[in-house]
Amino acid sequence: MHLAQLNVARPRASMDDPQMAEFKAALEPVNALADAAPGFVWRLTDGFGGDATTIRIAGGDIMVNLSVWDSRDALWNFAYRSPHMDYLRRRREWFHQLAQAYQVLWWVPAGHRPTVAEAEERLSTIRSEGPGLAAFTFRDFYPAEILTS
Amino acid sequence: MLADPVRRDLYEYVADAGHEVGRAEAADAIGVARTLAAFHLDKLADAGLLEVEHRRLTGRSGPGAGRPAKVYRVAVREHLASVPARDYRALAMLLAEAVEAAGAEEALNAAARRIPADPREPMTVLAERGYRPYRDGDVIRSRNCPFHTLSGQFPVLVCAMNHALIGALLGGDALVRLDPLPGECCVVVEDSKN
Repeated sequence: MHLAQLNVARPRASMDDPQMAEFKAALEPVNALADAAPGFVWRLTDGFGGDATTIRIAGGDIMVNLSVWDSRDALWNFAYRSPHMDYLRRRREWFHQLAQAYQVLWWVPAGHRPTVAEAEERLSTIRSEGPGLAAFTFRDFYPAEILTS
Repeated sequence: MLADPVRRDLYEYVADAGHEVGRAEAADAIGVARTLAAFHLDKLADAGLLEVEHRRLTGRSGPGAGRPAKVYRVAVREHLASVPARDYRALAMLLAEAVEAAGAEEALNAAARRIPADPREPMTVLAERGYRPYRDGDVIRSRNCPFHTLSGQFPVLVCAMNHALIGALLGGDALVRLDPLPGECCVVVEDSKN
């Protein structure tokens, strides 16, 4: 099984606004870092550039980050144990605090590419039911062995 | 457990080594006989402070390769003991959850930045606070995260706070940046001596 992750964010300004310039400048190097990270499998792109910044959900307000990794540690080490972390530290410079859950993890069969609609469903599951086997977080993590046993 | 000076030296050697340590290496490093080193290393393992693996250090296998050697590394599990009972970890978890839910990370970082600077050498300041710092080229990295358990649950919150905290302790954000490696502290310090 592979681990899929979605996180969503509401930007403080449009991508062309100077306020977003440092975030925009980081997209290419950080995406390259993800692509080269051990255990990286796939990430959503919009087909225009190398990122997904033009894809919006929830009425055009919310940006998405959707990717697949071969293990929990692979995603953890990229997200929190790499230069990516410094951008996470600064996320409030570019994105609003969201009142609801903004991140969700779930297991997918190897080779499966989750769609945005599928990912949104997982997000609404965790928002309405809390973490469980179908939609969870790092803090309430459900290992794949539980799913396959 | 760590009152014996040989035992403490052995523990610190293994903790700072950054790799699994065999008995002979540890004995040579602190200048004691191998049998004595082996005795203390096993005591530390029995107490849960070190973890033991069996490895063929030469890379040989099969008949004639000899018995696998014992190697030691510092245990990840942490030891909290207080009398009478105090549960600061549970409290920290609850406070972290509240800070995150309230979106109050910047208030937490601001509190960390108000900690007075320690004018001594960065290596000294970090070592005294349990970071187990080491030099890596032009920078100082640290093998231990003093907030390890909490950072496993609230990585962004804890690393951002730690970044602000170390910046304040060392007298300015300019010297520190976040560049975490798997299994180590997230903060890297520019070594002004270089």
